[in-house]
Amino acid sequence: MARAVTTQRKLINTGLAWAIGLLIFFPILWTILTSFKSEGQAIADPPLFLFFDWTLENYAIVQERSDYGKYLMNSIIIAGGSTVLGVLIALPAAWSMAFVPSRRTKDILLWMLSTKMLPAVGVLYPIYLIFIELKLLDSHLGLTIVLMLINLPIIVWMLYTYFKEIPGEILEAARMDGASLKNEILYVLTPMAVPGIASTMLLSLILAWNEAFWTLNLTAAKAAPLTAFIASYSSPEGLFYAKLSAASTMAIAPILILGWFSQKQLVRGLTFGAVK
Amino acid sequence: MGKIVLNQVTKSFGDTQVIPPLDLTIEDGEFTVFVGPSGCGKSTLLRLIAGLEDVSSGSIEIAGREATQLKPAQRELAMVFQSYALYPHMSVRKNIAFPLKMAKMDKAEIDRRVESAADILNLTDYLERRPGQLSGGQRQRVAIGRAIVREPSAFLFDEPLSNLDAALRVGMRLEISELHKRLSTTMIYVTHDQVEAMTMATKIVVLRAGVIEQVGSPLELYNTPRNRFVAGFIGSPKMNFIEGALAAEHDAHCIGIRPEHIDVSATEGSIQGTINVSEHLGSDTFFHVNCEALNTTLTVRVDGEVGFNRGDTVFLTPKSDLIHRFDEQGLRL
Repeated sequence: MARAVTTQRKLINTGLAWAIGLLIFFPILWTILTSFKSEGQAIADPPLFLFFDWTLENYAIVQERSDYGKYLMNSIIIAGGSTVLGVLIALPAAWSMAFVPSRRTKDILLWMLSTKMLPAVGVLYPIYLIFIELKLLDSHLGLTIVLMLINLPIIVWMLYTYFKEIPGEILEAARMDGASLKNEILYVLTPMAVPGIASTMLLSLILAWNEAFWTLNLTAAKAAPLTAFIASYSSPEGLFYAKLSAASTMAIAPILILGWFSQKQLVRGLTFGAVK
Repeated sequence: MGKIVLNQVTKSFGDTQVIPPLDLTIEDGEFTVFVGPSGCGKSTLLRLIAGLEDVSSGSIEIAGREATQLKPAQRELAMVFQSYALYPHMSVRKNIAFPLKMAKMDKAEIDRRVESAADILNLTDYLERRPGQLSGGQRQRVAIGRAIVREPSAFLFDEPLSNLDAALRVGMRLEISELHKRLSTTMIYVTHDQVEAMTMATKIVVLRAGVIEQVGSPLELYNTPRNRFVAGFIGSPKMNFIEGALAAEHDAHCIGIRPEHIDVSATEGSIQGTINVSEHLGSDTFFHVNCEALNTTLTVRVDGEVGFNRGDTVFLTPKSDLIHRFDEQGLRL
């Protein structure tokens, strides 16, 4: 009897998990499906699910009307740049907080995280003015710096928790074994921290890639990434759902594929410290 | 070679002094065990010697060299940690070779030393494995291997066996003792387990709250403990302490009798009591005897199997020449 109940419960759990998964995935699925419809079919009532005339027309038009490659390149530069820059700054910060903590370390960490509680629009005005002053508007450098700063607290936190997981005795053993600080970092600390650094970078890359507030407000044409590419299709001349969907699909495809192939690493990164 | 001298060494964490001024000399080749209850400062003392903690004042001399300000690596000591502290991303071979690599030794010599250490520790078949693929005992042997390849002037062990199960612990205890015989290098070993201390040490240092209570060979500590603390800490089961009239008869504030120094009889003896609990181990038997006249429970240890059981009335007679006498301060008389 006990076994039957377990099977039943398993079925319910599985069904529930799939339902929630589909619910979350549905907007993306709908976007992808819509991108293959004609504009007429896209707004059809009742909505068409799978049985419509599949077409690649929208992709062709989007490709023709705007330079996807340029936006993609901007996204790669800005997301990649901010990630590399962020990790370079966060590594020593997290290292010192994890291994040479002071009495204020916890407070500093919380304070860093608290900056994420502020609505971004609250600092838009000053940052915009600073950008005008420094001529950083619509530049790769400016956007890279802003996105790096936005994600820095999270990067520091993640690296800090990774470093915290490395037992201090191992580093002491290295010291006893005659390793200098350089060798300790090179041969012991870094190899043990690489998986953590990798998943931190991955998460930072995804967050920066998807960031829309700053990228839309601080760019115009030159440095505009894929978020701006999508936004350009929700234009005042009227909404073209199918084309907007095609543009969206093209914009999220690279990061979706990257996420798919690295999901194991990503899950480990997000649950690290919580699940031993 | 491996003589270690601590001179008026103290250690404070903030305002708390965990080690008041302490002097200690560890002779070359000695197997010294620091033993004491948890929080007595024994691990801190070891870490001060290792250089992993800085002394607050005083000086440390290692192998004839002033070492107080030296970094851990420069002290030519090797340490085995409680958690083994192996490098999880390296194979056993690389783990053992790490200190040699750091010393920039040439490849052939590293290989020779690693092979020889692996041979001594029965690790030859495991050299290419990662620590995660080894059992607790094997990991401990790798940690020891990493220590011996350096040929240090002294070994430091920080409760190395406490993560092992009982059977493995006995085996590793023997292995470490044999290793000491073979290398005759100075070893300092920290444990809270007095059995480990008694079986392995040539010299035991009993610590309480950072203060050395007594230094001596295992049997010196067993036969002539300097005070009640040492008397109670060394020996298993614990020494019985009796105060009051019976102690006064021996001109003492308190007398101590080890469980193995009490004769048990069904018919005659100086103290009458009732057996509360009897523990039969086969090789010997422990009785916990409730003695109403003394208002205390005495532990008695008898060789082999004896036909007494719970509830029996027995008569106990301490061997008078093996009674320890203590004054009001707990010091030996």
